[in-house]
Amino acid sequence: MRRKPFPWHITVFLAPAVVVYTVFMIYPMLASLKFSLYQTAEGGRQVFVGLGNYVRLLTDPIWNEPFWNAFWNNVVFFVIHMTLQNPIGLFLAVLLAANIRGAWVYRTIIFTPTILSVVLIGFAWKLILSPTWGIWFPLLDRLGLGDNEVAIALLGNESSALITLSLISVWQNIGIPMMLFLAALIRIPHELIEAAQVDGAGSWRIFWRIQFPLIVPTVGIVAILTFIGNFNAFDLIYATQGALAGPDFSTDIMGTFFFRTFFGFQLRPGDPNMGATVAGMMLLIILVGVLLYLYGWQRRMEEVQF
Amino acid sequence: MTGVRYRWLRFFKLGGIHATLLAYSALVLFPILLVFMNSFKDQMAIFGEPLKPPTPATFSVDGYKTLFEIANFQHYFLNSLIVTVVSLLLIVFLGAMAGWALAEYRFRLNTFMAIYLALGIMVPIRLGTVGILRLMADWNLVNTLAALIFVYTAMGLPLSVFILSRFFAQLPPDFKDAARIDGASEYRIFTLVLPLVRPALGTVAAISMIPVWNDLWFPLILAPSEETKTIVLGAQVFLGQFLNDWQAVLAALSLAMIPAVLLYMLFSKQLIRGLTAGAVK
Repeated sequence: MRRKPFPWHITVFLAPAVVVYTVFMIYPMLASLKFSLYQTAEGGRQVFVGLGNYVRLLTDPIWNEPFWNAFWNNVVFFVIHMTLQNPIGLFLAVLLAANIRGAWVYRTIIFTPTILSVVLIGFAWKLILSPTWGIWFPLLDRLGLGDNEVAIALLGNESSALITLSLISVWQNIGIPMMLFLAALIRIPHELIEAAQVDGAGSWRIFWRIQFPLIVPTVGIVAILTFIGNFNAFDLIYATQGALAGPDFSTDIMGTFFFRTFFGFQLRPGDPNMGATVAGMMLLIILVGVLLYLYGWQRRMEEVQF
Repeated sequence: MTGVRYRWLRFFKLGGIHATLLAYSALVLFPILLVFMNSFKDQMAIFGEPLKPPTPATFSVDGYKTLFEIANFQHYFLNSLIVTVVSLLLIVFLGAMAGWALAEYRFRLNTFMAIYLALGIMVPIRLGTVGILRLMADWNLVNTLAALIFVYTAMGLPLSVFILSRFFAQLPPDFKDAARIDGASEYRIFTLVLPLVRPALGTVAAISMIPVWNDLWFPLILAPSEETKTIVLGAQVFLGQFLNDWQAVLAALSLAMIPAVLLYMLFSKQLIRGLTAGAVK
């Protein structure tokens, strides 16, 4: 190979993005991980404790009770998204892909909540479900639930608050899987589906035999995006239930637990070291999910394709 | 025979599809319209007849008056606008430069850099918050809009570089080669190809805009002062304080939704194309 002068232009093109990204994303992330290995001694001195904070988080009852509570709540939050948001999003996408008139109008409307701030959506639903307003009491009466305490205050009861918030989140975010599935469905060649129709296949058969197998890669992408988004969620709970994720922490998820640990709440002061530890655990959870996706799901996809 | 049956079947099928989509659209629009409609009514009507639109007798804009007297919404709006516009410009232009470098040149660290930058697509920047807050405190950037702009730029760059490098890679080589033979510098060539990917730049801006405009986490942590509040944080604080003034709360919700809806109408085409482009693995 010929010797070339040092490629300054490549550096000039690449450096600004790499520097901003490194300084404000990668470095703080590593600093936070390092910080989770220390504890603050008297006088603000940082003492190295190894994995001590992680052990404390998982074994000390003061820490592990709220941690597992937030973790399992987050699992419920995720499962509800996987079983409702993504199948319904797929269903809507299949309908939109059916070459109907006005599809773009439906598509635009259904995607609208997704572009609005979670704070506004959460608060709007909080008002709508508020017993003070009682806007849906007539509906409850008709369903014979007019005296049901839980149904009257869905966000105020431990048994219903988390599920209600998950459903609000599903309502808001369904546009994302819908769009991703729609994009994949539209790429399927028309001839394939027309040929099946000529052969007398119904919509149900066409979906399971042709459309679904061809969009399976998108199913994986949607699943991992949902996983990352859910285990990183915060705004909805904070906006509707506050940092305490009430009632009685029944809606606490990893994001709100991280926030409280870092900044403190009520009489308990914030603990940056433990906050960094919680963030480290969240990173671990997300990495496990991403690796499972990359090695479990995508590799199998490749095997199927060859 | 079969032709007639087929046509009827198709008629019912289409009817069913439209009915389902209409019903779902109603479910989507109902809460938003309900809030918007009731923000123009007096307190009595909000509680007495929540499902009815305002009439001349029940019409009231007291909520909006309270809002403009007490909260500094114009200022919050301006903060959001500055943060979003500057962040988007940086995300798009720095992303285009880096995307161009990765797509156009072969160099030793190319693959490494592509993977390094792509990490940020999967790993949420929030998890580095402890480090980010300390960094901003060390640099005296807490309670400045600059702190938010830096963080959002870092947050948006990975996807921007990823999408734009794929678009640059699809450009036909003839054009660039012709420019090189004419003696154009690499910088000049970049300015020549940039207009060719203009739709992609719009797309990246559109999909990067939503998380920046709507974020609550970083304004809450890095810039909670009255001076630097964004509209989402401002609305969150206001809503918490005025819980019992329903007119004001409904007005605040409506007012805070309007800019996002307007932006959405303007950019929905780019946005949808962006979601599609991002999905193509």
